[in-house]
Amino acid sequence: MNFDDTPEEAAFRTVARDWIQANAPKELEAELKGGGFGNNGLKSVDPIQVAKAWQKKKAEAGWACLHWPKEYGGRGATPIERVIWGQEEGVYGALSGLFIIGHGMCGPTVMAWADEATKERLLPPLASGEHIWCQLFSEPAGGSDLAGLRTAAVPATDGSGDWIINGQKIWTSGAQHSDYGIVITRTDPNVAKHKGLTMFWLDMKSPGIDVRPIKQANGQSGFNEVYFTDVRIPDSQRLGAVGQGWSVSLTTLMNERLSIGSGMPTGFPELFDFCMNLQTEDGLAIDDRSVRSRLAGYAVKASGLKYTGMRAISALSKGETPGPENSIGKLVAGATMQELAMYALDLQGQGGVVSDPDKAAAGARFQAMLLRSPATRVEGGTDEILRNIIAERVLGLPGDIRVDKDVAFKDIPTSGRA
Amino acid sequence: MNFDFSDEQKQLQDQARRYLADKCPPSAVRAVLEGDQVYDRALWAGLGEMGFLGAAIPEEYGGVGLGHLELCVIAEELGRAIAPVPVASSIYLVAEFLMAAGSEAQKQARLPKLASGETIGAFAYGEGLGRVTEKSIKASVSNGKLSGTKTPVADGEIADVAVVAAREGGKVSLFLVDLTGPGVTRTAVDSIDPTRGQATLNFVDAPAERLGAAGEGWRLAAEVMDRAAILLAFEQVGGSDRALEMGRDYALERMAFGRQIGSFQAVKHMLADMYVSATLARSNAYYGAWALSTGSSELPVAAATARVSATQSFQHCAKNNIQVHGGMGFTWAFDCHLYYRRSNGLALALGSQSTWEDLLIDRLRQRNDAPAAA
Repeated sequence: MNFDDTPEEAAFRTVARDWIQANAPKELEAELKGGGFGNNGLKSVDPIQVAKAWQKKKAEAGWACLHWPKEYGGRGATPIERVIWGQEEGVYGALSGLFIIGHGMCGPTVMAWADEATKERLLPPLASGEHIWCQLFSEPAGGSDLAGLRTAAVPATDGSGDWIINGQKIWTSGAQHSDYGIVITRTDPNVAKHKGLTMFWLDMKSPGIDVRPIKQANGQSGFNEVYFTDVRIPDSQRLGAVGQGWSVSLTTLMNERLSIGSGMPTGFPELFDFCMNLQTEDGLAIDDRSVRSRLAGYAVKASGLKYTGMRAISALSKGETPGPENSIGKLVAGATMQELAMYALDLQGQGGVVSDPDKAAAGARFQAMLLRSPATRVEGGTDEILRNIIAERVLGLPGDIRVDKDVAFKDIPTSGRA
Repeated sequence: MNFDFSDEQKQLQDQARRYLADKCPPSAVRAVLEGDQVYDRALWAGLGEMGFLGAAIPEEYGGVGLGHLELCVIAEELGRAIAPVPVASSIYLVAEFLMAAGSEAQKQARLPKLASGETIGAFAYGEGLGRVTEKSIKASVSNGKLSGTKTPVADGEIADVAVVAAREGGKVSLFLVDLTGPGVTRTAVDSIDPTRGQATLNFVDAPAERLGAAGEGWRLAAEVMDRAAILLAFEQVGGSDRALEMGRDYALERMAFGRQIGSFQAVKHMLADMYVSATLARSNAYYGAWALSTGSSELPVAAATARVSATQSFQHCAKNNIQVHGGMGFTWAFDCHLYYRRSNGLALALGSQSTWEDLLIDRLRQRNDAPAAA
């Protein structure tokens, strides 16, 4: 049991470190380090331009999309090499947030389902950061119940073979910056809901697409609504067979297991640091026994996530597939961060209500966590869906009894027509 | 990176699991619970013969000389089987005390018999209610004679030798005391977990032989309790996993409202949360195992982390295992309460959860204050 690299891993780490040392945008390091929850800290520059520039530089030197094959702009690296790269890239990794969906989910889906010519055309500019992609899945009527989606694709009546898309997507991260997207649609409402779906890729500048940023509960706008009005797509942009969309979407969702080894933040180091410095009438907050008890509870969660990640990396290092223990990451991190943020504000007393970064304690870090953390517990699988996944796929418990099974989609009761 | 046990260690674990499944079924635990025996003598002897007790004791002292990672995987299996034997007292504590501070003569005299199971050990430090601190130790030694009362002492009724914390002059030292010798009276006390017996030990001028340097007792006790906490964390992780499995199996088997109760989300989510606790505890215990086996300077932080996490997990899994079982979980006949008892007993062994939470925060603080180069 050790944390040491194998000789091959150590050699790879040296090469990666040297390249990053020589090429990273060091002038942004301080700003990136000051980044907090929900933003990368960049104020002096256009975050999109610097993200694209860093990605392009990496691509030219063969450091983009490490896990992709070389012919599509990747490096053909092993999973453990990708983890090592992430460790070495450090704060500069925050520059690439814009590309996570494209590189982690859309790209692998296109790679698995598109024809060779399409892959050669679409993937290299995605890898190099020239194009930004988004994933058009969730809908107002279908989030956790993704297969309940209603955005319809119907064959054009002019005999061209094209498809006409109408409907609405929601919670689309980065749609306002995206050049391309993958969209899942309903092509047959007369069969059971999982069977009537079809996936396409599309140009986000196609006529009839309207992207509207959602003003979130925390005041920011990272997500969008995307409206489709008679958007015409050629059949050549279909991914998988007609009616095979659910299987195609599973390719995408399986690639969501991106965060192995990177560890989701819980806010614990920040809270610990805060308590080390917070003066109360009775002395430092960290000397208070009730504070210590709460901190210890958060400490073992943060540590447990960190070392669960280490176990996953070890499995990768040995060429094994990491086990299901990774499914706990977001579930634990999201709930911990929310609870921890509430506690941090409680320690601040009445002053905890102030959220102006220039006036609030700790630069309003905990206020930002408080207001953003509800989303963490919902996005990319709600706490409840994650618990279902653990219960069913890890523990082997039965699936829910479904009232919509084997019922034609058009006959399933919905909020509008119960 | 290899943050995992080796194939050989996993094979040893598998061997221990099979051995315990055969020699320590729930009926064996019940025999002790119901007072037929004070501990499982046959199992204890068998663990010695198999080399499980001596795994981390060097060969020159009669052990197998494997190491602490091997002892960790054995501990996990003992915890899974809630084995009613004095391994924690004898091996994680008394043998570790001897290895940490014993003179050559003390090690030669005691370790081989601990490794074989011929001798049972106990660690006697607390004297009553509340947190045990250096100040709270009243028992004292003068002219090599110990007087005072220790209670409750795990395995105190059956141990041959105890490591006792007592005052010598003004300071606390540790002493080896032969419990079968003169000046010792022991009385068994009922406890929440009868499968690991507790006793009150009264000493009146009992001959006591100092272990380690004079006045170093409390520091030494803290050091060895850290090591023991990591090993006990593995027992707690093993117990957590078994309690989770029992709950899962029952949820699959039990029908209500015309369906398996494991198909209800309220039950599924409870079991998923148990899995989360058990997974965090296991990862933290691995951190402890790494620190223990490498002698890392992180050991104090790792021990407290492993301990706090494992206590949470075992209590969580054991109590919700009963909840999944419903009324049947509260019967004497079902095994759920064996795990519930053990989880709550272990939560107090070596000090309460709040004590370990305090230690964890102290140590994180010291680590943060340490020079960055460290």
